[in-house]
Amino acid sequence: MTKNLTHLQRLEAEAIHIFREVAATFAKPVMLYSIGKDSSVMLHLAMKAFYPAKPPFPFLHVDSTWKFKEMIAFRDSEAKRLGFDLLVHSNQEGIEQGISPFVHGSNTHTHIMKTVALRQALDKYGFDAAFGGARRDEEKSRAKERIFSFRNAQHSWDPKNQRPEMWKIYNTRVAKGESIRVFPISNWTELDIWQYIMQEEIPIVPLYFAAKRPIVERDGMLIMRDDERMQMLPGEVLQDKMVRFRTLGCYPLTGAVESSATTLPEIVGEMLVSRTSERQGRMIDKDEAGSMEKKKREGYF
Amino acid sequence: MSKPAQIELSAAEAAAEEINAYMAEQEKKSLLRFLTCGSVDDGKSTLIGRLLYDTKLIFEDQLAALTNDSRKHGTNGEDIDFALLVDGLEAEREQGITIDVAYRFFSTPKRKFIVADTPGHEQYTRNMATGASTADLAIVLVDARQGVLQQTRRHSFIASLLGIRNIVLAVNKIDLVDYSEEIFDRIVEEYQAFAGKLGFNSIQSIPLSARYGDNVIGASDKLPWYKGPSLLEHLETVPLDRTAEERPFRFPVQFVNRPNLDFRGFAGTIASGSVAPGDEVVVAKSGKTSRVKRIVTWDGDLDRAGEGEAVTIVLEDEVEVSRGNMLVAPGARPEVADQFAAHLVWFAEHALIPGRSYILRTETDQVTATITDLKHRIDINSFAEVAAKSLDLNEVGVCNISTQEPIAFDSYKSNRSTGSFILIDRLTNATVGAGMIDFALRRASNVHWQALDVDKASRAALKDQKPAVLWFTGLSGSGKSTVANLVEKRLSSLGKHTYILDGDNVRHGLNRDLGFTEEDRVENIRRVGEVAKLMVDAGLIVLVSFISPFRSERRMARELLGDGEFMEIFVDTPFEECARRDPKGLYAKALRGEIKNFTGVDSPYEAPENPELHLKTVGRTTEELASEVENLLAERGIIFNYDQSSWSI
Repeated sequence: MTKNLTHLQRLEAEAIHIFREVAATFAKPVMLYSIGKDSSVMLHLAMKAFYPAKPPFPFLHVDSTWKFKEMIAFRDSEAKRLGFDLLVHSNQEGIEQGISPFVHGSNTHTHIMKTVALRQALDKYGFDAAFGGARRDEEKSRAKERIFSFRNAQHSWDPKNQRPEMWKIYNTRVAKGESIRVFPISNWTELDIWQYIMQEEIPIVPLYFAAKRPIVERDGMLIMRDDERMQMLPGEVLQDKMVRFRTLGCYPLTGAVESSATTLPEIVGEMLVSRTSERQGRMIDKDEAGSMEKKKREGYF
Repeated sequence: MSKPAQIELSAAEAAAEEINAYMAEQEKKSLLRFLTCGSVDDGKSTLIGRLLYDTKLIFEDQLAALTNDSRKHGTNGEDIDFALLVDGLEAEREQGITIDVAYRFFSTPKRKFIVADTPGHEQYTRNMATGASTADLAIVLVDARQGVLQQTRRHSFIASLLGIRNIVLAVNKIDLVDYSEEIFDRIVEEYQAFAGKLGFNSIQSIPLSARYGDNVIGASDKLPWYKGPSLLEHLETVPLDRTAEERPFRFPVQFVNRPNLDFRGFAGTIASGSVAPGDEVVVAKSGKTSRVKRIVTWDGDLDRAGEGEAVTIVLEDEVEVSRGNMLVAPGARPEVADQFAAHLVWFAEHALIPGRSYILRTETDQVTATITDLKHRIDINSFAEVAAKSLDLNEVGVCNISTQEPIAFDSYKSNRSTGSFILIDRLTNATVGAGMIDFALRRASNVHWQALDVDKASRAALKDQKPAVLWFTGLSGSGKSTVANLVEKRLSSLGKHTYILDGDNVRHGLNRDLGFTEEDRVENIRRVGEVAKLMVDAGLIVLVSFISPFRSERRMARELLGDGEFMEIFVDTPFEECARRDPKGLYAKALRGEIKNFTGVDSPYEAPENPELHLKTVGRTTEELASEVENLLAERGIIFNYDQSSWSI
């Protein structure tokens, strides 16, 4: 008897294989856990890979201290539900300096509270492999990055000098101080992610679903006022709007979209429509999408 | 009030249903991985752009931008230039990510595709090999006006080498030869004439025009004489090689999952065949048998698992299995050997050198390996076998490989997963080569070491000593032999049985066939290492006095010996001082250019990083240096140092 695996089953098996290779060959791996939907999928795959054992590595959340409260609550409830080892790191110097995206701008904030914080955490614990949830369909340079992507002791990537990656044989060898970033879902597309979330009933942060939320319109973005640190500017009004988030990060830097999608099929429906005009190279059938768009214009949602 | 709300709800429900149906369709799709190759002018970018466009992956606003761009930059007049779609990448390539394979994703209602878009130039062979190693099919593009070129032959050869069995010969730009059947037939005939040797299962030749879309997704009325499928039809329907599931069961073990005392499972991905609870399996390396008790997954135990599935297998019995071993079908076992023949593709700037040791890695196993014999290089343009002493970047060769421990494998032809390996440089950890195993040279199980009653320990006991190798390394004239001679004298006076292997003396006899090229230096050290090992086996304390300039060979010698038996002694005399002493007048000659490949002059010396003893010779007497060596020997329990013992009590 032969079974023909579907493409999603093959992607899942590939990811599990990669998780296991890392656990078997590195001294101190870690998974970077950003709480978003890709992280939810990664977490689910990690649980599957080591079952009945728990994943033999900790999950690291680099907390900029400006994440949505619901994200933090979701993170803590997932850690409790699945019993994984959660590490949270924040850049203490940044906190002492009072770094704020409102005051210092998004670039400075992101650099100090995310990039520097991540390096601090990697150095502090001496991790030699770090899982990330990046995908090759996201961006052009990612399309060329290896699944096992070598980093030197300064954590930097040399795209011109990547190790050839043949078959499923991964070169996991590093010298002291060097490390490897590992991307188990490299070959997944965004649609695969949503499909898998639906199929496997993977919990995701409720912010992905539409709900009435306190919204301020600023610089053309719909910003949710998640706490008192966001000062209202002259002329701004706070109003409850039916919105959801497509990606999650620091709340002052993450724009919401107006939406009525409160279920996974509705979210996917919206994604299929919006992709047609907003993003490049999406892997969807335009006829399907076009017809969805037509229906939407006719007032379906 | 309630009425419109209800309508809205049912509309939402209808939409949800539609999405669910759409998602259900997506779930049924199979996955085809393919790569595109062909020289730059054969229209590869245009074909990829056309495929994305015709499968509706380019949307209206992008199309508008593309139409604009085409008028401005395109080469097709008023028509859309699809190559510009890929140009975003080309620009990025110029910024330095050039040489690498990019992965693209698209899908149709029937299949999902992962395309490895590989660069065409000869210098990027290794990147093409990377893309080809995971592909099921290759599209080889040919320009109808040019016909079969060197590039076509080269790419077809690499595709064949990497085990791709399905080829699409895409004869592009057929519009530029007036859709001529005759030209198409001639190219197909020419291609098949040489591709016949390459062992492909299927070659589908398709005349097409990527620019105008003829035969890309649908049939073309301009090519009425062509009765075959369009490119996309072929990609959607070509039978996937899923025969892997019908081949013998192979399960390379990634790790042993042991969360508690009650559970011991072997985690891995099934490389071929299938397995069910109750099936008998054999542990490849030990030949021990057991039965499958459970196939464990997060989603529940399975009653059968096949090729491609990542599972955890629990056996009925407590048999010894660890990472690198394989569970296999009892009736069709893999080879277990420490010597085999293989095809090798070389990836590194630094040439492959027979005799040097590398780390060999299979899907889950890792051993030290040496290329014992490079039989020939294959000229990838003419497929001719050429004699070679080493392999350079992007070259392909056939060689014999010897591993320190036996590994379990199949031939690459019968199994891509269990017949492949990579080679890793021991010092830089770079991936320097990829190999495809042809056959075992001899079965390790048939060649048992002669188990002798008199062994190393008994020989050493008879001499009342602990055998060891003192490996003196350093520049010519640094004082290695002088120190080694004095140490030997003192050991001898303590009643120890010793022998000195000296570079110059060995080169007069055992190694007189070797010169001073890098390859020969590697072989020189390999032989001396082996001789030293035999002498240690005989119970001797061996003093090796060799320049031995390369770290990897010194490491190889170290690994030939048991723990604590090898001591590296770095006789550190600065170059200027050695050149000043110049006991044999060699530096003077080398500096005048009369001797080639002289260490320190025009051949490198790689100083030891962690020697057991670092002897800085400047300003010290030979007696002092020899005493330092004696202290080391005392610490290691090789000799009993009376001075120290009197202090320690």
